[in-house]
Amino acid sequence: MKQPLSGPDAAVQAAQSEGFVVYERRSGWAALNLREVWSYRELLFFLTWRDILLRYKQAVLGVAWAILQPLLTMVVFTVVFNIVLGVKSPASDVPYAVFSLAGLLPWQFFAGALSRSGMSLVGSANLLTKVYFPRLIVPLSAVLGGLLDFAISFVVLLVLMAGYGIWPTWHIVFLPLFLLLAIVTSLGVGLWLGALNVLYRDVQYVIPFLIQLWMFVSPVIYPISDIPAGPLRIAFALNPMTGVIGGFRWALLGQQFPGGLMWISLAVVPVLLVGGLFYFRRMERVFADVV
Amino acid sequence: MSDIALRTVALGKMYRIGGEREKYPTLRDTLAQAARRPIERLRHPGAATHKSDELWALKDVSVEVRHGEVLGIIGRNGAGKSTLLKVLSRITEPTEGRVEIRGRVASLLEVGTGFHPELTGRENIQLNAAILGMTRAEIKSRFDEIVDFSEIGLFLDTPVKRYSSGMYVRLAFAVAAHLDPEIMIVDEVLAVGDFAFQRKCLGKMEDVASHGRTVLFVSHNLAAVTSMCTRVVLLDAGRLVSDGQTKEVVGAYISQVGESMLLREWPAHSALGDEHARLLRIELRQDGEEARGGVRSSATIEAVLTVLVERPSPKLQVGLELLGGDGVEILQSFHSDMAHLEMLSAGVHELACAIPSGLLNDGQYVVRPLMALFCEKWLISRADEAALRFDVTFDHSHSEMWYRARAGVLAPELKWRRRVLSDGADDA
Repeated sequence: MKQPLSGPDAAVQAAQSEGFVVYERRSGWAALNLREVWSYRELLFFLTWRDILLRYKQAVLGVAWAILQPLLTMVVFTVVFNIVLGVKSPASDVPYAVFSLAGLLPWQFFAGALSRSGMSLVGSANLLTKVYFPRLIVPLSAVLGGLLDFAISFVVLLVLMAGYGIWPTWHIVFLPLFLLLAIVTSLGVGLWLGALNVLYRDVQYVIPFLIQLWMFVSPVIYPISDIPAGPLRIAFALNPMTGVIGGFRWALLGQQFPGGLMWISLAVVPVLLVGGLFYFRRMERVFADVV
Repeated sequence: MSDIALRTVALGKMYRIGGEREKYPTLRDTLAQAARRPIERLRHPGAATHKSDELWALKDVSVEVRHGEVLGIIGRNGAGKSTLLKVLSRITEPTEGRVEIRGRVASLLEVGTGFHPELTGRENIQLNAAILGMTRAEIKSRFDEIVDFSEIGLFLDTPVKRYSSGMYVRLAFAVAAHLDPEIMIVDEVLAVGDFAFQRKCLGKMEDVASHGRTVLFVSHNLAAVTSMCTRVVLLDAGRLVSDGQTKEVVGAYISQVGESMLLREWPAHSALGDEHARLLRIELRQDGEEARGGVRSSATIEAVLTVLVERPSPKLQVGLELLGGDGVEILQSFHSDMAHLEMLSAGVHELACAIPSGLLNDGQYVVRPLMALFCEKWLISRADEAALRFDVTFDHSHSEMWYRARAGVLAPELKWRRRVLSDGADDA
C-alpha cells in the first residue's frame, strides 16, 4: 500500500514500512540509537569476555595479579602514607590498611577502565574498518572488562576486613549503586578519551599521566575529612570519584556519608556521560575512515 | 511487498583528502589550526579548509538489486567499488543519500575479522561468529558444523598463533561460510589469501547464489564476473555509468579500457610501490624496439620493468603477471626466478622478462606489474592502472592447417610424435 508521501523523510518511512532497514547520514541524538546497542548485547558480552581472557592468557601469575595489585599497593600506601607521613584513617576502629584498600578498589577499577577504553577504539581498528556494529560497544566492553578484577579484589578486601574483625554494615546493600556510579563515570571519561585517541594519538600519552594526577585529587590515600572545608572541598567534589570512593567507605566501613559532596559528584556524572556520548557519536561517523 | 533486497538512493560518499594524507594529526597541529578556526575542528572532525580537498568516492549512485540476483560491480581501481561495499555493509556512513536493505548482510571481506592469535580455535570461532552477527544460540547450534568444515580437528583448543596459515584461513572461512546471510558481499579485490582460498570464496558464492540469495560481487576478474553474474554495474570515478546485462556492460568496460598500451612511465614521487622500491617504467619490446602497432607471436616479447630501489632487501621480488584480455590470469613470473639471483642494490635497475615466442594466441593480453617483499607483503599487485595491454597477431605456426586463431587462452605449438605400428602396404 503506497501512501501519497513526498520528500526524503516520507520515502524513508515508506521503505521502512516495507521492511527495509535504512542507513543514511545520521545526526543529533537519534543517531545514538541506544536500542540498537541493546540488540548487540551478545557481542558486548563476547568482547568483554575476550578482553578478560586476553588479559590473563599469557601472564604467568594469571588471575593472581588481580589479587596482588591492590594488595601490594595497599601495603606500600600503608607504609609510606600511614607510617612515614602519618596519614590517619578517620575512624579509630578501622586500620589504615583496610581504609586505603576500600578506596583502592573503586579507584583501580576506574584507572583500568580509563586506560583500556581510551585505547579500545584504536586497538580494534581492524574491527572498525571491516564490520558494522554500534561502536559504543567497544569502549563499553573495555570498561566492563574490569569487573572481574574488581570482584576478585573485593573478596581480598572482605578477607582483610575479616582478619581485622571488621564486619560490613547494612549499608553494604548500597554498594552496587556506587559501583554503578564508578562504571558510569569511567564510561563518560572513557568515551571522550577513546574518541579523541582515534583522531589524536597524543591521547595515549596523556592517559597514564591523567590517571596518575587524578589519583592524587581523589581521596584514595587520605580521607575526605582531611580536605579543608569550603571552596576547596567543593572543587574536590566536582571529581565524581570523590563521591564514589566516599560512598564505598560509607557502605563498607560505616564511615561518615559524604553528604553534600556526594550530591555534587552525582550531578557531575550525568554531564560527563551525556557529553561523552554526544562527542563519541559525532566522531563515530569518521572512525572507520580515520582510524 | 516488492522483491527488492537492496536499494541505494542517490548515494554519495565524500572524503577529505587532507585528512587522509595526515593520517594521525597531532594535537599541536590541531591547536595551531584551532587558533584560526576555533570550534570548527571539534564540530567537524577531519574538515578541510578548501573545497578542492574534497574527493567524492561515490556520487549519486542509485541501484536496485532484486532478491536472488547476483550483481557484479566492476570498474577501474579507484572507481569507488570498495567504497560502495563499505557503505553497503555499514562500515562507513554515506555523506548523502541512503541505503535500504532487507535481510542480513554478510561480507566475505570480513573473513577472520577479530581473530586473536592468543585465543584458541574454539574461542576464536565464538568471538568471530559474534562479531559477524550470529547470536549465541546460532553459534551453539552451528559450532560443530563449523569445526567439521574447517578440518582443524584436534587443534580446536590450541591458540591460533600455532596454526599453519592454511588452517587459519580455513577456520576463518568456515565461520563466515556458516553465517547464512540473505545478502552476501564479496570483494575479491580484498580477498587476501592464496589461489585455492579465492577458489573457495567463488565456490561458496555460487553455492549461496544457487540457493536464491542475493550476492554482490566486486572483482577484477571479468571472466568470473561474466560466468557468475546476471547483471553488472560499471562504476567510473564514483559514478554509476552503466547498469545492465552482464555481456553488454562487460563489453563496454573492455572497450573503455581496451586501447592498447605498450608503455607506462611515472615520475618517482607518484610511482607505484612503497619506501622499499618503486616502479618507474614498464614497457613491452619486440625485436629490441618498442612494440608499436601490435606484437607478433612468432618473436620473443620482452616486458621491461625499470625499478628504483631505495631500501634494498633480499626479499624484494619484481615480477609481472600475464592476463588474457578478459582478465583471466594466465601466469606470474618474478625476477627471483633467475638462475643467479643477486639482491637488487639501491639504485635504478632494469629487469626484463622474456615471454617466449610461439606461446600466445591471437587476441588481446594484459601484462600487470607485480612487486612484493617475499612472504611479507605486496608492494604492487592487481595494479590495473599500471597494466599494459597489447594485441597479438598469431603467426608462429608453420603448419598450413593452422593459420588462424584457435580456441584457448594460449596457443603454443606442442610437440607431436608419430610411430608406425603397422604398415598397411605390408604383403606378409
